[in-house]
Amino acid sequence: MAALLDVQGLGKRFGGFTALADIDLQVAAGERLGLIGPNGSGKSTFVNCISGTLRHDSGRVTLGGQLLDALPPHQRTRLGLARSFQLPRPFGSLTVAENLRVPLLYAGATKLSDAECRERGMALLGQVGLADKAAQRPRELTQIEQRKLELARAMAAGPRLLIADESMAGLSNAEVDEIVDLLLRLNGQGVTIIMIEHIMRAVMAFSQRLVCFVAGRKVADGLPEEVVRNPEVERAYLGE
Amino acid sequence: MTGDAPLSRPPMGTLAFWCWAAAFTGVVYLAGRWVTNDYVFFAGYIVLQYVLLATAWNILGGYAGYVNFGTAAFFAIGAYISTALNKWLGLPLPVLILAGAAVCGLIGLLMGGLTLKLQGVFFSIATLALAIVTQALITNWEYVGGAAGAYVIRPSRGPLGGSYVEYLFYTMLLLATLAVCIARTVERSAAGYGLAAIRDDEAAAEAAGVPTMKLKVATTVLSGALMGAAGAPLPFFVTYLDPPSAFNLAVAVNTIAMPLVGGTATWIGPVIGAVLLSIVQEAAMVTISSAVNLLLVGLIMIGFITLAPNGIMGLLRGRRR
Amino acid sequence: MPISASFRRAIPAASCSPAVVDKRSRGKRAWKGKPNGMDPLLELLLNAVVAGLLLGAFYAAVAVGIAIAFGMLDIPNLAHPAFVVMGAFAVWLLNDAFGLDPILAGILCLPPFFLLGVLLYQAYYACFESRGDNALQGLAFFFGILFVTEVVLILVIGADYRTVAAPYIGPNWRIGGIDLPLRMLVPALVSLLMIGGLHLLLTRSFIGRAILAVSQDPLALQLMGASPVRTKRLAFGLSIATAAIAGALLIIIQPVEPSIGREFIGRAFAVVVLGGMGSFVGMLMAAMVLGVTESLVATLFSPSWAPAIAFGFLLPTLAIRAGGLMGRKL
Ligand SMILES: Nc1ncnc2c1ncn2[C@@H]1O[C@H](COP(=O)(O)OP(=O)(O)OP(=O)(O)O)[C@@H](O)[C@H]1O
Ligand SMILES: [Mg+2]
Repeated sequence: MAALLDVQGLGKRFGGFTALADIDLQVAAGERLGLIGPNGSGKSTFVNCISGTLRHDSGRVTLGGQLLDALPPHQRTRLGLARSFQLPRPFGSLTVAENLRVPLLYAGATKLSDAECRERGMALLGQVGLADKAAQRPRELTQIEQRKLELARAMAAGPRLLIADESMAGLSNAEVDEIVDLLLRLNGQGVTIIMIEHIMRAVMAFSQRLVCFVAGRKVADGLPEEVVRNPEVERAYLGE
Repeated sequence: MTGDAPLSRPPMGTLAFWCWAAAFTGVVYLAGRWVTNDYVFFAGYIVLQYVLLATAWNILGGYAGYVNFGTAAFFAIGAYISTALNKWLGLPLPVLILAGAAVCGLIGLLMGGLTLKLQGVFFSIATLALAIVTQALITNWEYVGGAAGAYVIRPSRGPLGGSYVEYLFYTMLLLATLAVCIARTVERSAAGYGLAAIRDDEAAAEAAGVPTMKLKVATTVLSGALMGAAGAPLPFFVTYLDPPSAFNLAVAVNTIAMPLVGGTATWIGPVIGAVLLSIVQEAAMVTISSAVNLLLVGLIMIGFITLAPNGIMGLLRGRRR
Repeated sequence: MPISASFRRAIPAASCSPAVVDKRSRGKRAWKGKPNGMDPLLELLLNAVVAGLLLGAFYAAVAVGIAIAFGMLDIPNLAHPAFVVMGAFAVWLLNDAFGLDPILAGILCLPPFFLLGVLLYQAYYACFESRGDNALQGLAFFFGILFVTEVVLILVIGADYRTVAAPYIGPNWRIGGIDLPLRMLVPALVSLLMIGGLHLLLTRSFIGRAILAVSQDPLALQLMGASPVRTKRLAFGLSIATAAIAGALLIIIQPVEPSIGREFIGRAFAVVVLGGMGSFVGMLMAAMVLGVTESLVATLFSPSWAPAIAFGFLLPTLAIRAGGLMGRKL
């Protein structure tokens, strides 16, 4: 299977601080990848570099064989790379439904009509359980609902590769299961997914493969059961 | 951006709105033929000029959240391009307006291309500096009179019959209506949603697929061009143009105050703000000095920004909820 | 040291920038003899550079308040130059009524200006910062303040040019063919003193370090046990207080009328941005570069181009910095 996402030697520094060092990662089309790592290990920075929100200093990133390095974020989104933000960043002056309308109008390959936009938007809101909030403003939503909106907005871009950055923090067990189910269904439709998560139950239930970052380096990459037993991963998490 | 649009009553279609606007223009034109007092056209011209400027400013400032302090520069460049071309070739007014719009659009392109990659504050500072620099340049431009200013001959009769001021009034009516229609079309189109996304969170807008840079630059060009068009008839209206009157601070302040007072989220806000504030000023001009007048505008603006950040439209909508 | 005291007072032109005034007085002097037999062009250029350095030092005094407010606190105080003009008029009042030395008068104005800054920040915080939407509204707010200040000054004091009297306005030191008009030299020295003092305050005192911390990491500041809002309030007060001194320097250098502040907005912000947003050393260097460039252009071409220089600095600076800094401060 050819890799959909191919990251080679990715490096990112903030001033003198190395946030990411020489990361190699291949993700196959249709794969479900879990990405774990302690706080501050560089997971979100990795997402930001891949999606173009930040510019990386070294290395190369390709999606489906196309080099992304020089492309602005919106073009990467249009090529099929969608991401959610760890801290939800909704469009505050738009309603929940309109929040989804933005990617529906801009990220899709084909131009949607007004009615199609509305229909797709409502369908997505239904999937994340926000259908009855469509006309509300993001600030009227709870933190958890905002996370769902964030995920729905990324899904609305119609991605080939979806990166969900801690979409489940703060959710109840039942809600976590709901989101995991949703992502599994999406994956069943052929969307490749990278899930960044601290909730191990969700990660283990979801991932086919697990990658672990520690202090900006990739320390483990393999089957989930093996990775969690990896001594370096254990040390990072248990702090020995 | 009207939040309830997709769910509650269906909004008027864009085509319908253009038709209504055309009908409105026609009615005002017909009514105008009955008016014999030129003062009505003088006063009406000013109001419409501010409707045009406020609407133009709001397309960038209100929809995208990028504050342009350089309205006076765009406005004055439009006026001076028109003065120069009129002196050189004696072209008809519509051509002068197009030329003024084109040059100002180009300046918007340059300014935007250079500064719109940064946080909005830097764009704003650059526009403020632009206004000061353009004034310096035009003060040095001897062909159009330099610091001393230039007289422009206003024909006594307009091409439609009636006085030339009446003709200027209809021209401005057309321009203002056009600008309002454009603003509303932008607002309801994909671009409107893209601009709102930019205003709220630019990085998230990019991540949602919005080509933020392209959209911002295009909007700056459009906004600048409309401001240039607003300035182009000015020399004929005032008949004597010098840098202080073209770079009138009142223009810069009013253009920002009007949308902020009316409400920046939709096309109607700047229209309401422009009509209200210019009528207040027109009325106050009779009784108090122009400096006090300007002070009034400044204080009203500060009052609205601090106490009613969504303007009159925001207050009305809040009441309805 | 040959001191030629030629009690000549510059007369304001329509667009009166310090560079303009300087060029004019130098132009006349070129007719008088050259004691050292220096090449006239070289002498002209050297004089332009020195005048530019003095001018730059003054620009730094205007910009330092913006470096604090905008560079460190992220508050886009467009109205700062208007406060500088207000300071100039306060100094003029004291000088005119009591014959007070302008610089002393500027120092006397420090407390009220500090208070003004504190109040202004309080309003800004309550209306914008605490609500979280400070971008569009905050900018318009300061623009409104700029405008209202200017109009109030016109209403209260009038639109005429005002000047102050002091012993150092007029005399001119001449060292080896180079003119050092005291009216430029004294403000330059006072400006450097003020910036040096501020630098010491920021790096050596607890409040100062809290201010530096708030500009970098508000969370760390809370760990230090200082409230970010109170620290910012103090810092903003300090930033407006510098306008009193800058105003005194301004009215020593040139006659002042209410709308003159606008000419300094582009310059001051260009200096702050070019200097690296909040670094005093960078700002000082940028101010000198701007001053010297303006002075050279005024000497070699025409003084009326001087206002365009700041813009010529600002645009490329913004365009270049845009490259690598997306997402960060700029
Ligand atoms: N814009 C920035 N400027 C400077 N440092 C940054 C920036 N963004 C992130 N960092 C630093 O980079 C490191 C990695 O941060 P990152 O957010 O990628 O971690 P993370 O793995 O996502 O952590 P978490 O699990 O808490 O989300 C952290 O030490 C953070 O402080
Ligand atoms: Mg993270």
